[in-house]
Amino acid sequence: MTLSTAARHDRLNHMTDLTILTLTEARDGLRAKAFSATELAKAHIAAVEDARLLNAYVLETPEIALKQAAASDAKLAKGEGGALEGLPLGIKDLYCTAGTRTTACSNILGNFVPTYESTVTGQLWRDGAVMLGKLNNDEFAMGSSNETSCFGNVINPWRREGSNMDVGSAGIEGTYLVPGGSSGGSSSAVAANLCLAATATDTGGSIRQPAAFTGTVGIKPTYGRCSRWGIVAFASSLDQAGPIGKSVRDCAVMLRSMSGHDPKDTTSVDIAVPDYEKAIGRSVRGMKIGIPKEYRIVGMPAEIEKLWQDGINWLKAAGAEIVNISLPHTKYALPAYYIVAPAEASSNLARYDGVRYGLREQGRDIADMYEKTRAAGFGREVKRRIMIGTYVLSAGYYDAYYLRAQKVRTLIKKDFEDIFAAGVHAILTPATPSAAFGIGEKGSADPVEMYLNDIFTVTVNMAGLPGIAVPAGRDRQGLPLALQLIGRPFDEETLFALSEVIEQAAGRFPIPSRWWA
Amino acid sequence: MNAHVRAADPKQRIKGATGDWEIVIGLEIHAQVTSRAKLFSGSSTAFGAEPNSHVSLVDAAMPGMLPVINEECVKQAVRTGLGLNARINNRSVFDRKNYFYPDLPQGYQISQYKSPIVGEGEIMVDVTPTQSITVGIERLHLEQDAGKSLHDQHPTMSFVDLNRSGVALMEIVSRPDLRSADEAKAYVTKLRTILRYLGTCDGDMEKGNLRADVNVSVRKPGEPFGTRCEIKNVNSIRFIGQAVDVEARRQIGILEDGGTIDQETRLYDPAKGETRSMRSKEEAHDYRYFPDPDLLPLEFDDAFVETLKIGLPELPDAKKARLASQYGLSPYDAAVLVAEHEQANFFEAVAKGRDGKTAANWVINELFGRLNKESKDVTASPMSADQLGGIVDLIGEGVISGSIAKQLFEIIWTEGGDPRAVVAARGMKQVTDTGAIEKVIDAVIAANPDKVEQAKAKPTMAGWFVGQVMKASGGKANPAAVNEILARKLGLG
Repeated sequence: MTLSTAARHDRLNHMTDLTILTLTEARDGLRAKAFSATELAKAHIAAVEDARLLNAYVLETPEIALKQAAASDAKLAKGEGGALEGLPLGIKDLYCTAGTRTTACSNILGNFVPTYESTVTGQLWRDGAVMLGKLNNDEFAMGSSNETSCFGNVINPWRREGSNMDVGSAGIEGTYLVPGGSSGGSSSAVAANLCLAATATDTGGSIRQPAAFTGTVGIKPTYGRCSRWGIVAFASSLDQAGPIGKSVRDCAVMLRSMSGHDPKDTTSVDIAVPDYEKAIGRSVRGMKIGIPKEYRIVGMPAEIEKLWQDGINWLKAAGAEIVNISLPHTKYALPAYYIVAPAEASSNLARYDGVRYGLREQGRDIADMYEKTRAAGFGREVKRRIMIGTYVLSAGYYDAYYLRAQKVRTLIKKDFEDIFAAGVHAILTPATPSAAFGIGEKGSADPVEMYLNDIFTVTVNMAGLPGIAVPAGRDRQGLPLALQLIGRPFDEETLFALSEVIEQAAGRFPIPSRWWA
Repeated sequence: MNAHVRAADPKQRIKGATGDWEIVIGLEIHAQVTSRAKLFSGSSTAFGAEPNSHVSLVDAAMPGMLPVINEECVKQAVRTGLGLNARINNRSVFDRKNYFYPDLPQGYQISQYKSPIVGEGEIMVDVTPTQSITVGIERLHLEQDAGKSLHDQHPTMSFVDLNRSGVALMEIVSRPDLRSADEAKAYVTKLRTILRYLGTCDGDMEKGNLRADVNVSVRKPGEPFGTRCEIKNVNSIRFIGQAVDVEARRQIGILEDGGTIDQETRLYDPAKGETRSMRSKEEAHDYRYFPDPDLLPLEFDDAFVETLKIGLPELPDAKKARLASQYGLSPYDAAVLVAEHEQANFFEAVAKGRDGKTAANWVINELFGRLNKESKDVTASPMSADQLGGIVDLIGEGVISGSIAKQLFEIIWTEGGDPRAVVAARGMKQVTDTGAIEKVIDAVIAANPDKVEQAKAKPTMAGWFVGQVMKASGGKANPAAVNEILARKLGLG
């Protein structure tokens, strides 16, 4: 599956399209001076311009990219440069970028331009990365299909086999597929080669589910691994930054740059950041992998069952030991999540009041201004969650909902602690209950239908654990499907080692054609 | 309701048409923490700056901003808890109190709801110099102050100044242990003294650095608590007393007319001398408190508390007891001196190596009297402790008499200088030369033969002669010598 370094360089020399490289291939190509950072940036800028149909970028910043690339070339020429020197990335619009519009894809932020840089993106620029622009997402990261963005849907570059869907076809709006959410711009852009890798965030599955829907790799690290400072908050106790990349190795390199303790975020943890790339290829022999029976849900498609079994077989073949485990409180995770996350969101979003920045709709008095501004500024799903959150925190309901949900959260956490204490190194599950679905297909009648997308991923956020989605197969329509690995706190290295085994066995999932261009 | 709750001194009861009423008062004091930076941001807390010049990204609640606790504010809260003889909670939790207001940028105030940093305590309050009561402290918690809305800057708009937004406050909640306006005033005065001793709040009520929410209810003695009303944001000790009285009488009026009290939030209007309804219980906010997920629980160990305890200054009660025993002062004088630690410090500087009672007398009666007249603080005294001590020395050595000392005090107060040098330069030295005094006495006796007769009949008349002799000597005659010689000359000995 992997090319030798010599073969890779040979391929690079004869290649016209630099955008199909992985992040680490491009890194090695730059170091080998096979091409320049400016050439790399230009190739991506052109790809982004050609792919506006996908609506992955909400803001393109080619001037910034070229300027950063020129600086990188100067460094690379001197044999200097950081871990991501000259590598073009897309940034989810939830990350505040100094001098560059940041909206969380909500009308309420309007044309907000931060004066400050989020800690995580600051670390990427420190390491030499190049910014191509800001990526679409569900409004305030609330959604599983990128259909709630104020900038409109993002289209998944993957198509169902035989759909023959091309640009300009009549009446095909409904047959475009969603890229997952909330990091739909990130997953679509990485899958369509519109950046080498992207930042994303994950509150209930927003990195792993879109990665699963697009054949890309996405890791949500342990809560506290990355600083939340400068990332627009959705649900503070669940939000974590992480990358979406084309390969496991790419995610390892990205995560190393994104991680680290930040004194400006009290919940970030002061533990040394390992060189995650070194975990790639590490032996998994003798590792105990838990298979939780509660994830075998009623009505699970046979192809997901098969995918899961494939994963088990691959890990077994690599020398891992498979053990059946039970996580008894799993079934309460989704309802509890949909209490805790909206509760925090209802409070976190109170600052968007039209007083200091963003949208303001004039009103008779202050209360009227608040009402008109928030009515105009927030979309349906955000309003729904603010109302749910306000309700569950209200006097008389707090104990029945919020407090109970927190107790459930403690039990879910304990389920995992018990399993890890019993010697299990990681847990293998499917990443999603299905492959990508069509735009408009889900959730329009019943929002819970959409919420069920997160069924395998929310437990990980509730417990604060690291989780990775790695593509492992295809459904009967040829769409990518992914497995999820859940690890011990701060043991992302084991997840990278195990994911590499799956990636080696299943292969990578490059996009079959650039049909949109 | 509470077995230990005090009953009022019957003298403090209010006479109503249907009998006596007892007032029950509990106070929530908001004390601004003395610290350079705000509770969760590095912005300055300095007062009086240009509007919105001390506002960080966190204070303005920009997207993605996170609070980080200021350790100095935590220390100040613990010091205060220790000063209130209260339980320190090694683990406390910050909660969000959610409501919308333009001067509250986050849309919530970070406060402590279920788990405050300081639990129950108590303080001794002197209602009069000789009568003290114990007032229970329910809790102390840390919270953020809000900004300030300015309604007088524009014809149709309100402006917001966020300089104060995020400044640390301590909310100190008393038990409903107070039974009169005087007790309430004495409690706030004592609390303010303790805070100032500790250096944890400057107690400046004019700047709003100490404000009170006053909870008032009334009941017939022995009955359960009545329904209370909360009078918000009273900003002077005098107004606290007025608000209590006015509100108690309003409630008694309603109850005696057969009405009931609605639990509500009210405002005190000092100009009209009345309280007005602000919002009723039905209109009360539902604050939707929940633990702030941006902040971990606040935890520290016993050693942290112990270190702070060791660093505490001597507090008013201990100082009062020590001054009384060390210098032989009356409880009244000791109480006056310890009201401000700067006063006590001044006194001790004067009293060092001198007679304590004389020093106290001169500090309290002359110096404080004079400072009071000129509305000056002891820290702004034009006369130093050394100078006043010099005057006391001259009295003790018999160099000057009491009345000369008062003149000397005036000179030093207005002109400054070394008291001993001034006495020498201006010839203010007391005359102890008995020959010289005799001459003056002889002259006075010779000029007033009728008074001599009267004095012989009524010995207290001697005082008149003393006055005349002192006057004739320009106050410099030694009073003891005058007395002795006069008695002999008048044949009163």
